[in-house]
Amino acid sequence: MLTLKDLKYSYEGTSFDFSMKIDQGSFVAIIGPSGSGKSTLLDLIAGFITPTSGEITFDNKPLLTLRAAERPVSMVFQENNLFTHLDVQTNIALGISPTLKLSQDDHNTVTAALQRVGLKGFEKRLPGELSGGERQRVALARALVRQRPLLLLDEPFAALGPALRSQMLTLVKELHEEKNLTTLLVSHQPEDARSTATHTAFLNNGRIEVFEETEKFFAIKDNKELTAYL
Amino acid sequence: MPYQRAETPTRIAGFSALLFITIVTFGAFLALATRATEGFAISEVLSDAYLGRIIRFTLWQATLSTLLSVGLAIPTARAFARQTKFTGRDSLLKLFALPLALPALVGVLAILGLWGRAGWINQLTGDLLSFSIFGLSGILIAHIFFNLPLATRLFLTSLERIPVENWRLASQLDMPSSSIFKFIEWPVIKAVLPGILALVFMLCLTSFTIVLTLGGGPASTTLEVAIYQSLRFDFDPGRAVTLALVQLAITVVLLAVSFRFTKTLPNIVSLKSTMHRPDAHTISARIVDAGFIIAAGCFVALPLAALIADGLSSDLPKLLSSPTVWRAITTSFVLALAAGTLSLTLCWTMLKAINNQNSLFAKLVGFASSTILVMPAIVLGSGWFIVLHRFGNVFSFAPLLVIIINALMALPFVHRILAPALAESTRQHNRLIAGLGITGWSRWRLIDFPVLKKPLALAFAFAMALSLGDLGVIALFGSEQITTLPLLLFKSLGSYRTHDADGLALILAFSCLIILYAAEKLSQRKARQC
Repeated sequence: MLTLKDLKYSYEGTSFDFSMKIDQGSFVAIIGPSGSGKSTLLDLIAGFITPTSGEITFDNKPLLTLRAAERPVSMVFQENNLFTHLDVQTNIALGISPTLKLSQDDHNTVTAALQRVGLKGFEKRLPGELSGGERQRVALARALVRQRPLLLLDEPFAALGPALRSQMLTLVKELHEEKNLTTLLVSHQPEDARSTATHTAFLNNGRIEVFEETEKFFAIKDNKELTAYL
Repeated sequence: MPYQRAETPTRIAGFSALLFITIVTFGAFLALATRATEGFAISEVLSDAYLGRIIRFTLWQATLSTLLSVGLAIPTARAFARQTKFTGRDSLLKLFALPLALPALVGVLAILGLWGRAGWINQLTGDLLSFSIFGLSGILIAHIFFNLPLATRLFLTSLERIPVENWRLASQLDMPSSSIFKFIEWPVIKAVLPGILALVFMLCLTSFTIVLTLGGGPASTTLEVAIYQSLRFDFDPGRAVTLALVQLAITVVLLAVSFRFTKTLPNIVSLKSTMHRPDAHTISARIVDAGFIIAAGCFVALPLAALIADGLSSDLPKLLSSPTVWRAITTSFVLALAAGTLSLTLCWTMLKAINNQNSLFAKLVGFASSTILVMPAIVLGSGWFIVLHRFGNVFSFAPLLVIIINALMALPFVHRILAPALAESTRQHNRLIAGLGITGWSRWRLIDFPVLKKPLALAFAFAMALSLGDLGVIALFGSEQITTLPLLLFKSLGSYRTHDADGLALILAFSCLIILYAAEKLSQRKARQC
């Protein structure tokens, strides 16, 4: 269970205040207008920014005292997920050891992860030689080898075309189920939520306005902001 | 966004670097100020006729040099902007980057090779002209040689940024050349003019080497040269203090004024122009443009040609087999390596300690790195000269001071190269690095160095080349024990061993260019490998 309790943060005049409880194994889509705090929410959970007050726990263990790298979290961003000067294999291996001290087993793990995301034989390629979708697959492969129970996705497929995006979503959903992950996906597309997520959250003005099971969520008619956004 | 704070040791290192810079600069200033209040009255000195003459000449030569360099750069840049297709245009513009990359002393030798007593011009005209380079004319020629190409490149970059729609409109409206200048070009030039004027004026105000070598007498002495003379020849620290404080006051005022303008200057970018201008192909335009391009080209290229010819006809084998020369070369390289390393280390540790681009610390780092120019090397050097000569032999501190002062003088350039590159890489990678927990040595080995090796190599090469060509600090502190290549060159010039000087100048020029070239090649090759 991931719990956020009165998590407060402010940045350039905007204040954020988040509280929510997410069950193990949920796939939560987070939608809302620009500046509503979707990325900020993920950055707070991942530990890239520090809240002014509040609590985050995962399986009853507090996260706020841990550095970003120590948290049970893997995150995939919209861009810059890979170091462009390092090959695909090295980029993934950094998820196993940040100093690149690898055993033979580790190398096998990397190869297997690449195969799982459909990029068999791409070990020596450089990110610059890959398409946008392939780069995001490499980022997912790295998230796989890290074996962290919490997967945060910050609009990772926003730059991809509709067909490719739905392919990638399917892949994410499969990985989510195989590894029994808890997944949070920020998206600009409400249909991503509808097709993939078990739960959906609507953020507005730095608050979690609505958080419901996806089916119920899209049945809501009496929330003015939400209907305006949709 | 304020992602991922730097860790405590990084912060401490950054603060220490900033503190070190502050102590070195303020130490020199305090030494000068306390010395000034010790023995004599400022008012007495200010009414001193000698001092008045020096101040007037310092400002006068800088004003004339600036007006001539910038005034000639405008039509030259315009000519380059209009004539985009002639053969040799790219090479000529590359050549225009050369004077700034060369040590001032090498430039001086190049100018002597063309304009000097035994130079090409006097040889050609025989006794007809018997033109003497020493004095104001020599200073002006040298300043134009260095600053005309710089100003031309800056103006040209701005002119080439004029949107292509403007030229289409000009064709449609059938604008004559004069209207094009008035309505299209002049507004662009006017926007960068104050910045370029301020930059060139500053460079002419603090060009110690040129005035020292080409001034040729007390009639044309600037403040910096007078400081050097009062410390090294008259041993009159009191006068040096006064002169240094006056110089400091002038640069502070000037920098405060120019700070507002130089921000508008463009970064010189690759000069590939594709614009089609309606005014480029008239006969008169071609004649005028050709005139300016050929004249400016000759002004820059001929001295360099003379430098190479004279250098090659000197006894290079003898020079290169002389232990004195080799000792000077080795000393120069060791000092330059140390200064480059120190400069890069200071800048890097400060930049890495910045958490937030808007923090006070970030502003102080930016301020320290750019305003260090307020303290010309000579002023900084004379401050520490006065501190240290109380503790015994000043000259035994020479290596350390040469390294530190040159490292500080290179700081603005190093900062200008590194800061944007590091900020961009941080913006791209910070969350990823934090999420994966890549820290310390791994971070440097896997991310920072490979990503930033091009700007790092460039900054290091710049700092090294700057230190390698330095004459100011080493002239103050050099001795029989510590002699660098520029100092040796200066000495052979002073004792009329002109042939040796020519050879040494070529060696020095070659050393600087090879460093800059190697940095560029090295960073390119490695970048391609991975």
